[in-house]
Amino acid sequence: MSNWPIGMGVLTRQLRLDGWLMLGVLLLMAIGLVTIYSAGELSNELVYRQGIRYGLSVLLMLVISQLPPSLYRLWTPWIYLGGIMLLLLVLLMGEGRGANRWLDLGLIRFQPSEVMKLAIPMMLAWSLHGRKLPLEPGMLLLLVTLTLVPVVLITLQPDLGTALLVLASGIFVIFLSGLSWRVIVFAVISAAASVPLVWYLLHEYQRNRIRTFLDPESDPLGNGWNVIQSMTAVGSGGFAGKGWLQGTQSHLEFLPEPHTDFVLAVFAEEFGWVGISILFTLYAAIILRGLYIASQARDTYARLLAGSLILTFFVYLMVNSSMVSGLLPVVGVPLPMISYGGTSAVTLAAGFGILLSIHGHRKVW
Amino acid sequence: MGHRGKKNLMTVNLAGLVPGRQADDRGVLSNQSELRALVNGRLFTAGVIAIFLLLCVLGRYWYLQVPKHDDFAARSDNNRIRLRALPPTRGLIFDRNGIVVADNRPAYRLEIVRERLDTSLDSMLEKLADKIELSDSVMESFNRRLNNEHRAFAPIVLRYNLTEQEVARIAVDRHVLPGVEVQPYLTRYYPFTSLLAHVVGYVGRIDDDDLLQFQAENYRATTHIGKSGLEQYYESQLHGTSGYEKVETNVVGRLVDVLERKPPVAGENLDLTIDVQLQRHASLALGQAPGAVVALVPKTGEVLAMVSNPSFDPNAFINGISQREYNLLLNSANAPFVNRVLRGEYVPGSTLKPFIALVGLDANVVDAEKQFFSSGEFFLEGSTRAYRDWRKGGHGWVNLREGLEQSVNTVFYQVALELGIDRIHGGLKAFGFGQATGIDLTGERTGILPSRAWKQARFGEPWYPGETVIAGIGQGANVITPLQLAVATARLATRGQSVVPHLWRAAEVQPVPDLVFPEQYWELVIQGMQDVIHGARGTATAIASDAYQMAGKTGTAQVFSRKEGEDDINPLELATELKNHALFIAFAPVEAPEIVVVSVVEHGGSGSRFAAPIAAAVIDDWLQRQ
Repeated sequence: MSNWPIGMGVLTRQLRLDGWLMLGVLLLMAIGLVTIYSAGELSNELVYRQGIRYGLSVLLMLVISQLPPSLYRLWTPWIYLGGIMLLLLVLLMGEGRGANRWLDLGLIRFQPSEVMKLAIPMMLAWSLHGRKLPLEPGMLLLLVTLTLVPVVLITLQPDLGTALLVLASGIFVIFLSGLSWRVIVFAVISAAASVPLVWYLLHEYQRNRIRTFLDPESDPLGNGWNVIQSMTAVGSGGFAGKGWLQGTQSHLEFLPEPHTDFVLAVFAEEFGWVGISILFTLYAAIILRGLYIASQARDTYARLLAGSLILTFFVYLMVNSSMVSGLLPVVGVPLPMISYGGTSAVTLAAGFGILLSIHGHRKVW
Repeated sequence: MGHRGKKNLMTVNLAGLVPGRQADDRGVLSNQSELRALVNGRLFTAGVIAIFLLLCVLGRYWYLQVPKHDDFAARSDNNRIRLRALPPTRGLIFDRNGIVVADNRPAYRLEIVRERLDTSLDSMLEKLADKIELSDSVMESFNRRLNNEHRAFAPIVLRYNLTEQEVARIAVDRHVLPGVEVQPYLTRYYPFTSLLAHVVGYVGRIDDDDLLQFQAENYRATTHIGKSGLEQYYESQLHGTSGYEKVETNVVGRLVDVLERKPPVAGENLDLTIDVQLQRHASLALGQAPGAVVALVPKTGEVLAMVSNPSFDPNAFINGISQREYNLLLNSANAPFVNRVLRGEYVPGSTLKPFIALVGLDANVVDAEKQFFSSGEFFLEGSTRAYRDWRKGGHGWVNLREGLEQSVNTVFYQVALELGIDRIHGGLKAFGFGQATGIDLTGERTGILPSRAWKQARFGEPWYPGETVIAGIGQGANVITPLQLAVATARLATRGQSVVPHLWRAAEVQPVPDLVFPEQYWELVIQGMQDVIHGARGTATAIASDAYQMAGKTGTAQVFSRKEGEDDINPLELATELKNHALFIAFAPVEAPEIVVVSVVEHGGSGSRFAAPIAAAVIDDWLQRQ
């Protein structure tokens, strides 16, 4: 990191930060501001608020990065239990549009389900720390239970997107801990077999999303609208894009939620495939760096946690970019670090803070 | 992975150095390096899978953005770019002095964009009913428009012609009426209402049948189309060419930008040959009586006046009248929609005599000197059926000129009989009887000019000599339209020139062949007609003016056949619908005719008493103003 500007280099060295990861995250934030300016009808207000959020996120990330992973390991069971309690509280007295996701604690309003995105991998990693790997069947059952309890609670809110991410973070810990491929294949097959049951359990609005995903043209003005308009935005962007601020799909309001869940469609429309390739390269670099940090981690807890966090980050990207391009049904998963909105950005920043912490404490100083 | 051993060593050392390590406490520490290798292996696998999946998604974006780009680009343009047709301004119609007879007036209409309503359509209509008048016929046509296919966010007209108060009431509550818009537009207006209804006609809302006739493309923004009269006949001239605007709209159809504009080309204005003042004079002269008056400039065929009574107000049809009102007009006894000038079919009666006279002169069956004896009754050889003169006891010895002056039937019975129906048919046909005149209006009738062939085809019977006799005085099967009679009179007045009547001054007229007769024949017949008005024994001397010389001919068309033994019926005492039609043809000044007039008064009685004064009034007015 010697070729960083002097101040930055000193800072990263003093705080024992990983310069590459920091650079990647900051670049994502810059792209986020530029895209949101265009997607949000050229509103300075939106950019300003997102800037504040990014600032707070970076601050949170730095604070978390300075505490050692061992500390988080000690807190893990309490964070997990606290998260479960809050989820129960949300179900009893939460508020939000259409779904109960928010908890108003007077000073701050937040979504307890976001906490679980961190708490699950922490809890599972904690459970496996120092254990003999690969997993014993009893242990697997415990991990699955630890994951499914909050997943079910979140699904009940209902918030399919977050439930999916939380579930993924748990699965990644189990996967990383060396679950045998035989069990994985078996699990995939049983998951496929349980599709009818899942269908039965889904809410009507979720079923409609899946229906229109399978055939968007069946309801072009209703449920299919989002997918059609999003794909139109992406496709009409072409190879080189329409140019920054030139995207007609978003500026003429054809694209729904252009600065939140569908911000990637705006990006794709304005910067084309070239822009998408550069953005994906940046994401890939961050993910690979995260995986590298995980592999360099000091202990099993840190290794599993870091791996799960960065892979969950990858799932954000996968699900969002697939949904925008019509590969997956519409689920409320934002584009990580770019979509407008505070909750996911803060959680992701906290995750990166943990990764930085794990990197900074990979050896004794 | 070359430094794995070193790391392993370090971790092992650390396990000993750092106190309180969970692994140590639990005492289940497995081989640290194996453990790390296991997890790192999985991390590596996960990384490979992640990159692979990212490449797949990147491929998906490639697919959408490169091979499929054109499809989606078109789709994106379809989203935002709309071609909005701009209606052309309809051409105005002026009379021959530049007075507007069909005008465009600014008006307001109320449109509803269904997709923008915040309530149900029904409750919005309920809300609007408090502010504007929504009659049954308005709702009827609105529902029809609503059920027609239309694209999303297309405005549907609820009502045309809002009053100023209604516009104000809507404007006040605009903010609580999303999806309701008041739009200015131009509407047709006929300032002379019923006076020119049959000539100018009217425009009405366009329907599917209309669109089949015209290029639908050019009518995309047009709401009204000529439905009758000149508005219909000259639709393509009056309509103009519609323009378009390429506009960019946002998702709710609101206009964002105009990308391209081709302005519409306004329709052509029509300058008519009609003289509104003369038209009004003719209409006043005709009064309430059902009938027709038509005035032509004989040299040119320009129609100066065309009155058909009763009439109707064409303004009522522009935005559609209710079926009930329409039926009321349609079924009323005197057929107000029928333009009697070119669709009214009348027996010509004695007005046909001048033409028979010319045909007879030309065929040498009669000359200026030949004397006829009128005894009051005329018999065919070997028949007891009496063909009468209108004057009891007859007119005594008369020549052809006197026959015209006094309208002596016996003269024309004999001329007709000597001509025979074939020559009568051929001669009258040359004057235009039995054919359309070719005027620039639709729906013209041809009348009937009887012949042997016609009778055979119509009744399957041979022609009888008795029919030839009555054909000589314009009775029997003969049927003319007032316009035909006017054209024939104009050809007589111009001594055989081509006369094709027309209402648009710039109309392209196909001339008909001239009628060629020796000059003295024309002189004789015209002299006879002049004597009708100015002669000692003329049948219409009451209308003679000192200012100019007029030539004319009265006619009284039998509405029913008088039977034997009914001679004493006084026509004035007959019920109205049984009274004879009164006809009169005239032109003036005789030496250089400037105007030809034909007047018909249905069930008016005698032509001299009822039809002649009307024609005289029209001629007086016209010649005074020249």
